[in-house]
Amino acid sequence: MNRISRAFENQKAFIAFVTGGDPDLETTEALIPQMAAAGADLIEIGIPFSDPIAEGIVIQAADERALSAGTTTDKLFDMVKRVRGKVDVPLVFMTYINPVYTYGTDKFAKRCAECGIDGMIIPDVPFEEREEVSGACEAAGVELISMIAPTSHERIDRIAKQAKGFLYCVSSLGVTGVRSRITTNIKDMVDRVKAVSDIPCAIGFGISTPEQAREMAAVSDGAIVGSAIVRIIAQHGKDCIEPVCRYIRDMKAAVLAV
Amino acid sequence: MDKKGRYGLYGGQYIPETLIPAVQELEQAYEKYRSDPAFQAELRALMEKYAGRPSLLYYAEKMTKDLGGAKIYLKREDLNHTGSHKINNVLGQVLLAKKMGKKRVIAETGAGQHGVATATAAALMGMECEIFMGKEDTDRQVLNCYRMELLGAKVHPVTSGTMTLKDAVNATMREWASRMDDTLYVLGSVMGPHPFPMIVRDFQKVIGEEIKEQLMAVEGKLPDAVIACVGGGSNAMGSFYEFIPDTSVRLIGCEAAGLGVDHPRNAATVANGTVGIFHGMKSLFCQDEYGQIAPVYSISAGLDYPGIGPEHANLNETGRAQYVPVTDREAVEAFEYLSRTEGIIPAIESAHAVAYARKIAPDFGKDQIIVVTISGRGDKDVAAIARYRGVEIFD
Repeated sequence: MNRISRAFENQKAFIAFVTGGDPDLETTEALIPQMAAAGADLIEIGIPFSDPIAEGIVIQAADERALSAGTTTDKLFDMVKRVRGKVDVPLVFMTYINPVYTYGTDKFAKRCAECGIDGMIIPDVPFEEREEVSGACEAAGVELISMIAPTSHERIDRIAKQAKGFLYCVSSLGVTGVRSRITTNIKDMVDRVKAVSDIPCAIGFGISTPEQAREMAAVSDGAIVGSAIVRIIAQHGKDCIEPVCRYIRDMKAAVLAV
Repeated sequence: MDKKGRYGLYGGQYIPETLIPAVQELEQAYEKYRSDPAFQAELRALMEKYAGRPSLLYYAEKMTKDLGGAKIYLKREDLNHTGSHKINNVLGQVLLAKKMGKKRVIAETGAGQHGVATATAAALMGMECEIFMGKEDTDRQVLNCYRMELLGAKVHPVTSGTMTLKDAVNATMREWASRMDDTLYVLGSVMGPHPFPMIVRDFQKVIGEEIKEQLMAVEGKLPDAVIACVGGGSNAMGSFYEFIPDTSVRLIGCEAAGLGVDHPRNAATVANGTVGIFHGMKSLFCQDEYGQIAPVYSISAGLDYPGIGPEHANLNETGRAQYVPVTDREAVEAFEYLSRTEGIIPAIESAHAVAYARKIAPDFGKDQIIVVTISGRGDKDVAAIARYRGVEIFD
């Protein structure tokens, strides 16, 4: 069983996102093992991109900070390789197709495997274009994580059947970012997935409070939190580790209380 | 082009899952209406009675004599209602949006021409309209912003990233992803995810069809070259498309070289770009070695885009069309030249095409013909050109 599957075994998973290199790579490198120790079952590391079209303003700003600090894909690979020696939770890259394609898709997937990256999430590669990266991922043994959205409806069957690792269920229309309410019927989405596949479903976009995390985890296999963590990092900069970990402990407790 | 919207290696549909059903809905609607005689008749009536088509094909006699080579014809898209070729696409897409039952259209704009055209069509057809425009461009094009508001549109200045056209596209895509049930994204160029490059090209190809027919009527032959400016590439694709099978016709796209192709401040995508995947399409982009999209620059807000439409990328690769860089300086000189020589003030975008025609026309024979597409009129640029020349005018 690979690391991603283990993260969902016998428990609801709490998935935490951090933009690699925000505010700098040293902070991210110190933060990741602490996030794992605080209870993150899977950590998504964002490779910053100049034009992240699926992100709201919080993560857009994080990408800008990380790029201004000189973060590059190669520096991130090196950092992940060092971190991998210290943590056993699954690590997944989240980025856009252009940084992957420009790096060389095969080379990128191979470097992921070498550095201990277990999967990748690429929001601008939908089901119809997955062959752009799926071959390289399979060859390297890196899971390409699929996404479904509130607009997917009958597309869910096709997407779920071929999904690997876990299925990223986008909770709301629009872009990433904290929302006061999530109005999509998540249970219907997850039920539709479960009718065709036993792939774990994790809910992301808009989750920031323990109540939301509990609600989402109750109807799925886990909750993903990005912008709320990035907001803490934006506020505390290099001193973000303690407040981020405190937040993760609260969120993990909420997810486990389901 | 196969069904996934590919032009050779280029094109595709690289957008988030949330938006896929929206582009598929558009694709299906377009497939239905493109062959619907009633829709086509309605669109033709709008083009003729509202936009003023066909646009003139004007023999630029003084320019021809001055340059001493090829006969120069100007395709006068600047004479269309709203002052540019953008109206062709917008009338098609907003009519399509209406047929699809949408109540609201959103669009990006660079110079403001596409925004003005979209706001115009929205006013005409009774749709809500919101325009996203980079903050740098809202500052450069204050009059066009006010014009859009006069037409009833809401203009959102975009303050993220480089605050220019690419960021306006990002913002419009994000907005569409949050509201698509009653809203259509009216994309302004032959770019973005399939089916946009195809739809925009189809609504713009009237330019080349008219050039062919009008030139046949007066000269009885095909042109030797067709020249147009290229940002995303809609007026160029519209001008070229009809002539692609006519291999004797040279197709030349002029991209914005800003301060020079070797200077960091330029927007010459074909000259300096590499293959990438961005804004929904695989194409050529100005980017760094890690795939970060480069900040680009041109005096022309309409050519200030780090990519090019996928069909152009393919025409470049197959060699069917040729893409050449034109600097700010050359474009400004051509802007002034055409104003003085022919009494036609072209858009600074179109002036890039005029500049290249000036360069190559003397090498052509007197029996040869060059058609230059004047994609828009230059009123919007007068203040910027004055500033370039050190004259302060407040617009």
